[in-house]
Amino acid sequence: MEFFGYRREDEAVGTRNYIGVLSTVICANEVAENISRQVMGTTAFLHHQGCCQTPVDIGRVNDALTGLGKNPNLAAVLLVSLGCESTDIKQVADAIAESGKRVETSVIQEVGGAAKAAAQGILLAQSMVAQASEQRREAFPLSELVLGLKCGSSDTTSGLSSNPTLGVLSDLIVEAGGSSILGEVTEFIGAEHLLAKHGKDEETGRKIVDLVNKMENRAMQMGFDIRGGQPTGGNIKGGLTTIEEKSLGAIAKAGDAPIQAVYEYGVKPDVKGLVVMDSPGREPEILTGLAAAGANVIAFTTGLGAPQGFPFVPVIKLTGNENTWKNLQDHMDFSVVSIMEGTETLEEAGKRLLLDLVKVASGKLTKAEISGYTSSMDIYMVGPVI
Amino acid sequence: MKHDAIMIKAADNVATALRDLEVGRAYEVSVGMESRSITITEPIIYGHKFAAVEIARGEDIIKYGEVIGRATADIPQGAHAHVQNIESLRGRGDLKKKGE
Repeated sequence: MEFFGYRREDEAVGTRNYIGVLSTVICANEVAENISRQVMGTTAFLHHQGCCQTPVDIGRVNDALTGLGKNPNLAAVLLVSLGCESTDIKQVADAIAESGKRVETSVIQEVGGAAKAAAQGILLAQSMVAQASEQRREAFPLSELVLGLKCGSSDTTSGLSSNPTLGVLSDLIVEAGGSSILGEVTEFIGAEHLLAKHGKDEETGRKIVDLVNKMENRAMQMGFDIRGGQPTGGNIKGGLTTIEEKSLGAIAKAGDAPIQAVYEYGVKPDVKGLVVMDSPGREPEILTGLAAAGANVIAFTTGLGAPQGFPFVPVIKLTGNENTWKNLQDHMDFSVVSIMEGTETLEEAGKRLLLDLVKVASGKLTKAEISGYTSSMDIYMVGPVI
Repeated sequence: MKHDAIMIKAADNVATALRDLEVGRAYEVSVGMESRSITITEPIIYGHKFAAVEIARGEDIIKYGEVIGRATADIPQGAHAHVQNIESLRGRGDLKKKGE
């Protein structure tokens, strides 16, 4: 089996061919958005970070923007900067350019305000789109797929149907030599002992348990029961009672493959196969983290119906909840209601999902892309705004 | 065939409703390849859980064959098992604050 993607200069393969207009700081979002709105074939990455933060978090912003810029779904990158932010624009631009991509920068304070920066950016973006549009899709093996795993607005059908189906898909991609990234560490709480056993060795298992302890302590420092925050109000409405129950259902999306390594948020894996990435479960931060880690396609399970997509990585939505499948047709891509009804096995559904994923990787649009519900983005911070 | 509810592992003491279940009726609950009949004592909506056996206050709640929490009240067989009678054992910053 193969899919049709875009070969980049650094040998990575994209499933989309956008020009990324990346805002380098919260204060440049307006201009980045404006440029993207004016130029077909571009997509804007906006966020709330890049200034008045601890050095650790500023480092994360630099790294995340670099990872996003290097994502193979972007053919070229335009950075939009205010000029006085803490984000290191030069470092980010140089690091992205290492991948062989064209990188341009527009600085609002240097060029003389938002209108001039937008005009400069629009002209740059137009020439980048013209260049990128010449590239054709070519056939690639499934080993070039980097799958991001996500679940959201989960209910009890998630753990019974959509998550284990995604686990089968993840295993199929790993077997084919591809990669799969599991995040959402909050949703390991209560299931980390099972996940740790999937570690390729004891050290990997220990790292998984450490990540969970760190996340749980962070939540506990506030002095409240995390229930209500995790599981969310929506999860509880959907029948999930405790974080342990949610987690035991959530880890099913990782399948049975051994976990090769554990990475910090947004770091690109340097091994193939299934890996764990530190991240919370909230959509903007995890989708951004997966994209920064190089995911070229994301599969997202939902129970009650999560609509979120990402600007330049296609997000396939699957559900096993028959009400959600019927009622949210403009958001749901794939049904596993058959599992709940007992008319299809998990293996059959996983293989069927792989066929659909290959189509999406080859250019078929997801519901989130069609409806423009693709603005779920932000960079995960660990420290306060100062 | 489609069951009315499912227990994921035989060791579980709660089952998940695969449709809305009515009070006073006995429903077929699948456990692996087998099936058992349980009479429902409270309305259970799609996706919610009920006690598959009598559960005493303080007992572990088992689903997927794993502990998902603890009963904060006695839960009779067929009764709704959810946040009103089950507490989580993890992420309990509230207990830490009280020094428990």
